[in-house]
Amino acid sequence: MSKVNITIDGIKMQVPSDYSVLEAAKEMGVDIPTLCYLKGINEIGACRMCLVEIKQARGLQASCVYPVSEGLDIITNSEAIRKARKATLELILSNHDRSCLTCDRNNSCELQAISDKLNIRELKYEGEKTSYLLDDISHSIVRDNNKCILCRRCISMCKNIQTVGVIDATERGFHSNISSPFDLSLGEVPCISCGQCINVCPVGALREKDDTAHVWEAINDKTKHVVVQTAPAVRVAIGEEFGFPIGTGCTKNMVGALRRLGFDKVFDTDTAADLTIMEEGTELLQRIQNGGKLPLITSCSPGWITFCEYNFPDFLENLSTCKSPQQMFGAILKSYYAKKAGIDPKDMVVVSIMPCTAKKSECKRHEMGLDGIADVDYVLTTRELAKMIKEAGIDFKNVSSEHYDDPMGDASGAGVIFGATGGVMEAAIRTVYEIVTGDALEDLNVTAVRGIEGIKEAEVVIGDLVLKAAVASGTGNARKLMEMVQSGEKEYHFIEIMACPGGCVNGGGQPIQPSSVRSKIDLRAERAKAIYSEDMRLSLRKSHENETVKKMYAEFLGEPCGHMSHELLHTHYTAKEKYPMK
Amino acid sequence: MNKECCCENEKIEKLNKVIEEYINVEGALIPVLHEAQEIFGYLPMAVQKQIADGLNISLAEVYGVVTFYSAFTIYPKGQYQINVCLGTACYVKGANDILDQFKKILKVEVGQNTEDHKFSLNACRCVGACGLAPVVTVNEDVYGKLVADDVKGILEKYKD
Ligand code: SF4
Ligand code: SF4
Ligand code: SF4
Ligand code: FES
Repeated sequence: MSKVNITIDGIKMQVPSDYSVLEAAKEMGVDIPTLCYLKGINEIGACRMCLVEIKQARGLQASCVYPVSEGLDIITNSEAIRKARKATLELILSNHDRSCLTCDRNNSCELQAISDKLNIRELKYEGEKTSYLLDDISHSIVRDNNKCILCRRCISMCKNIQTVGVIDATERGFHSNISSPFDLSLGEVPCISCGQCINVCPVGALREKDDTAHVWEAINDKTKHVVVQTAPAVRVAIGEEFGFPIGTGCTKNMVGALRRLGFDKVFDTDTAADLTIMEEGTELLQRIQNGGKLPLITSCSPGWITFCEYNFPDFLENLSTCKSPQQMFGAILKSYYAKKAGIDPKDMVVVSIMPCTAKKSECKRHEMGLDGIADVDYVLTTRELAKMIKEAGIDFKNVSSEHYDDPMGDASGAGVIFGATGGVMEAAIRTVYEIVTGDALEDLNVTAVRGIEGIKEAEVVIGDLVLKAAVASGTGNARKLMEMVQSGEKEYHFIEIMACPGGCVNGGGQPIQPSSVRSKIDLRAERAKAIYSEDMRLSLRKSHENETVKKMYAEFLGEPCGHMSHELLHTHYTAKEKYPMK
Repeated sequence: MNKECCCENEKIEKLNKVIEEYINVEGALIPVLHEAQEIFGYLPMAVQKQIADGLNISLAEVYGVVTFYSAFTIYPKGQYQINVCLGTACYVKGANDILDQFKKILKVEVGQNTEDHKFSLNACRCVGACGLAPVVTVNEDVYGKLVADDVKGILEKYKD
């Protein structure tokens, strides 16, 4: 990249020519306030918070969208600039429901932070306020437009990155608001509940449906046996809520904290991930051998499942019939484990801690249970678990390091890597290779499917078969990949798709990091690193060597994809019409 | 019933032709919405869906644009339905002049709404008040024995 010479606040510097003034300033250690800007996702210059003076231009300019050029002379701090920024902010605040004390984002709100930073101590304009009803019909997402500052980050995420596009700016002027067409609720439109909009919202206008009260109630009910399972991606992100650096694995602290909260048993969803690999791997081999529907597409990500049901109904038969690991585990806990432990499944409550908001909707699907008993009763996000830990006064940093409970205690590294994009594929390759060839796989690290690129491809030689595989994360990338498959441009045996960009480590239920942090750190990459180092630390790294899973088959399930598996661990999908006319 | 159905289908076909014309044109949405409103009189969900699918954009985006511009309406008709009777008796007594006068003042064609969605102008068959010909109804109100010069006064009453 060629460089240009610029001057910021009298100091000369050289920066890459594709920088914005904001990026250049950041590099120099000048912290220009921003609200709507989110690197790589929302660079639209909407809020005018980031104003600067540019000698070569008239009036104040929005630095986040102003490109650098040779000789540019920039002032970032003057009386006029401070006044203008303050006025802009005061205008936003004058029509904002400023109930910080009871707000979901109290202490993690970018609007709060910027108000403090700009030293706002009183509000001059107290104007008329718009007032909106809370949208809480969806099982996953709650929208409170009274807190919305119209930055449009959620729109960019939903429309451009995820290519779902169920929200947009509507009306104008004073009545401008972000909503779904015809004022429908997010629960009534083809929203896939991915929660990516929540993760980019700078304020408390979007949040997950809070299920913590139900879980507290279950824990308090002495007649209930309450078990909790934790997804792989939770352990590498929850530390962020307690001051650990991004990308710190906190498995043992998390297990310790869950016990302190009062759960009767603490299990690892990774065990079910291993089970998933046994089922899905078998399904893949059967389809290849028996001329079944190919490519086989993974079904672990409920956001992707919903996306497929709405957008690619012709491919529903390609989806693996395997339930997602959390649902499989729920089904196993309420059958196999219940029997073993001598507990009536009706007295058991299964709680899943997930990096995901879509899983809240998934557990409510009527297919996800047996004889009226749901596989999973409640899903909490990583953020909700952190809230419970804080509420209970547990010192997460110093809580005792503990291990998952038996008899479900075994989980392989293959299960752990489910948390990053490409992980399911890698785990499946480790197992399918050894089952087919009978040989040990030389290098367990299938690096071709690792990394944060949106679409990845790999060819793996397995005996006589050259397995063609593809991996996509983020539904925008999934759409691209599926269109290539649809048109016949690409052919694969096996495709892994995760709805969230980067996979579950960047799920819609994970700790929220502000724009300033996301400009510097790629959350997907840092959290994935922690996932792969967890895998490396384990001696058990292949699903088919998991003793707990082997025992499950020997004592209960019979064989992978057998009758019992089909009853408990597999499901089906239904095409969905977008905006059905009444 | 059947007739209405067939009419609806014709409109849908017509809109499809419009969409086809614009499919690769940049900034197609607004002109297509204008033409759709000409065809249907308003932009209900079904019409917006057809446009969104046809132009391959999200319904949310279409709806956002529709609600941004006051020229578009998602409601079926104006607040006041003006029906000018074109039955034989009224026709003979100059109903056409009256209709023309409404068109001129409201700047709309038959079947359209005024820009502020206040008035919808319709021509109708005999309303059975031939003794009063030529007859105009505005919602529930009936005006009879009209001449073109009365039109202005009638509209004045609904001007609030
Ligand atoms: S969104 Fe931020 S500023 Fe608004 S009430 Fe919540 S914490 Fe306070
Ligand atoms: S949850 Fe996902 S699909 Fe639904 S509105 Fe948010 S970003 Fe869009
Ligand atoms: S909901 Fe949040 S992200 Fe979306 S526009 Fe409002 S403030 Fe911005
Ligand atoms: S305009 Fe630059 S941050 Fe909003």
